Amino acid sequence: MNFAARVQSLHKEYFLKGETVRALRGVTFDIPEGDYVAVMGPSGSGKSTLLNVLGCLDRPTRGSLFLGTSDVSRMDDDELSRMRAAKIGFVFQSYNLIQQLTVLENIEVPLAYCRRLNAAGRQRCRELAEMVGLGDRLKHRPYQLSGGQQQRVAIARSLINDPYFILADEPTGNLDSKTTDEILSLFQELHEQGKTIILVTHEDEVAKHTKRIIRLFDGEIAVDTARDGTSDTLLI
Amino acid sequence: MIRVFSELAIGIKSLMLKPMQSSLTILGIFIGVASVIWLLAIGEGISIEAQKQIADLGATNIIIRTVKPSTTVTSENSGPMPYGVTREDREKLLRIPTVKDAIQIRELQRPLFFSDNRIDGRLVGCTPEYSDLTHLEVERGRFLEAADLKAEKAYCVIAQKVAERLFSYEDPIGRSIYLPDHEDYYTIVGVMKHRNASAAIGGSLASQVFENDMYIPITTLRSRIGDLDRIARAGQFTRDYVQLSQITVIVDELDNVKSTAAHIEETLKAHNEKEDMDVVVPLDLLEQAENTKMMFMVFMGMIAGVSLIVGGIGIMNIMLATVTERTREIGVRRALGARQRDIIRQFLVETVALSAMGGVTGILGGLICPYVITGIRWAINEINADLMKDLPDIVQNMEPQIVDFSIPLAFGISVIVGILFGVYPAMRAAQMDPIEALRHE
Repeated sequence: MNFAARVQSLHKEYFLKGETVRALRGVTFDIPEGDYVAVMGPSGSGKSTLLNVLGCLDRPTRGSLFLGTSDVSRMDDDELSRMRAAKIGFVFQSYNLIQQLTVLENIEVPLAYCRRLNAAGRQRCRELAEMVGLGDRLKHRPYQLSGGQQQRVAIARSLINDPYFILADEPTGNLDSKTTDEILSLFQELHEQGKTIILVTHEDEVAKHTKRIIRLFDGEIAVDTARDGTSDTLLI
Repeated sequence: MIRVFSELAIGIKSLMLKPMQSSLTILGIFIGVASVIWLLAIGEGISIEAQKQIADLGATNIIIRTVKPSTTVTSENSGPMPYGVTREDREKLLRIPTVKDAIQIRELQRPLFFSDNRIDGRLVGCTPEYSDLTHLEVERGRFLEAADLKAEKAYCVIAQKVAERLFSYEDPIGRSIYLPDHEDYYTIVGVMKHRNASAAIGGSLASQVFENDMYIPITTLRSRIGDLDRIARAGQFTRDYVQLSQITVIVDELDNVKSTAAHIEETLKAHNEKEDMDVVVPLDLLEQAENTKMMFMVFMGMIAGVSLIVGGIGIMNIMLATVTERTREIGVRRALGARQRDIIRQFLVETVALSAMGGVTGILGGLICPYVITGIRWAINEINADLMKDLPDIVQNMEPQIVDFSIPLAFGISVIVGILFGVYPAMRAAQMDPIEALRHE
């Protein structure tokens, strides 16, 4: 089995006002390719920290994180940037499109940072925009789009570099229930196409669409349905 | 390269989001860059003007002019006090080894007549060398010759303008001009081509107009008119006793001009006390011009420097604001794989685009310099003509010359200012923690 990510006894400690905050205390799990996993947990559980480490925005204090075959836990800032540009697809709660760029230009951004912005890349941007249903809005700016549409652009953007996994942080947090369903069915579609999706959420409604749930509590994994069996009723 | 262009396009797009702020910001750069072009253009104009003047007056010449001392009292009883340089002075000057020649003239203001036509002329007693010295060219006939001087002929050569005014329909050659003050006639042997007024040297040597001239042999002037200049006009009676109006000393080599000038001062020391003589060294003009030029350059340079710094600070200010405003965008770009140096480049490109816009408009502002100078001169003349006359001649006559290299130089300066003042905001942007930046509202 090929793994999109392998997390091994991950620790993360912060210094905050002279105190050491242990945000992650030895988290271990694997994400096989094609997995569709929800990361859940109350605030302060280390959910965001895990997300940042998985997204190569932050380095763990101890432990290792393998993306593909490389250990990113010891990479420097430039190498991490390169990893984010080439192999991670971010989807944010507030879409985070760049306002002065068009739909197409927004999808192109990661390509520019891994030097793959060529004719083929541009063609792929168009295809992805069509795939998320925005083929007729390529020249629109983010403010001309609805929230759902913006999130679709963001999803197209996250796919442009053919990432190890899509890291979606509360992707439906700002959307109404109808649009939430649309976005979740888009994720479902991507999952069926074999994409790996890590979805951070606090909503059970959202989490139940996924194949696997990892619950964090106090910086440790409380529940991992892949490890504990198929039921996630223990802590609800 | 393509990438830089697309980044530049994005940068300009971002700047267009706030056109008012952007254009106010580039104003400082505009002034700075325009000043750089101006200062070089004016400096060059001054140099060219000075060189023109020196060529006109002769770089190896030293001009000694008689001036009427203010202290001389011409009392009726004691008769006129002689003043000015003398023939004896000239003999002394010729004895200085570095002096090749000393050309003498004597000038008088006289009305000239032909039949009923009258012109207020400048009667110049001179030698054949005078035409070469002042770059006068013969139009018709000939200039005065050595034989004319020797024989003290009553011959004269007139300027073209005089010929036109006195002889509208006739050939002046062979005709005579009447000088009523001396009840005397002079036969015209030549007409000289028109020549523009000579360069003036601040103060002592006013610009010389040649258009009303009548040249006669200096020997003739001496024997027929003499050294005493009696003028009796309505309500005015003056008597001046002057031997020579001007001696132009020709020095053998350019290197000897300075030392010869010192020699001359020494030789004619007596005149210094009487203050009836002025020594003008055209070569000094070069120094004078260099000083004026330096003054302008320093002054304009200061304006340029201050406005570039102010402009740069303005740019830094707007960029710091931009960086704060766009914290979220920076976070997003970092998350999507931008390295720190990508962020630095993005903001630097934007800053440079901003300052380069100032540069380009500044270059346009610089190129209109000659027209503006002409306009300013016209305005000063309209408002206060006296003020204009008080300005040094070189300032009055100088034409600014846009120096070719000043354009790329000015543009380069604007880009450098952009980089210099853009680095700090760009670094601030790049060093933001991407996680914090993403969370920024």
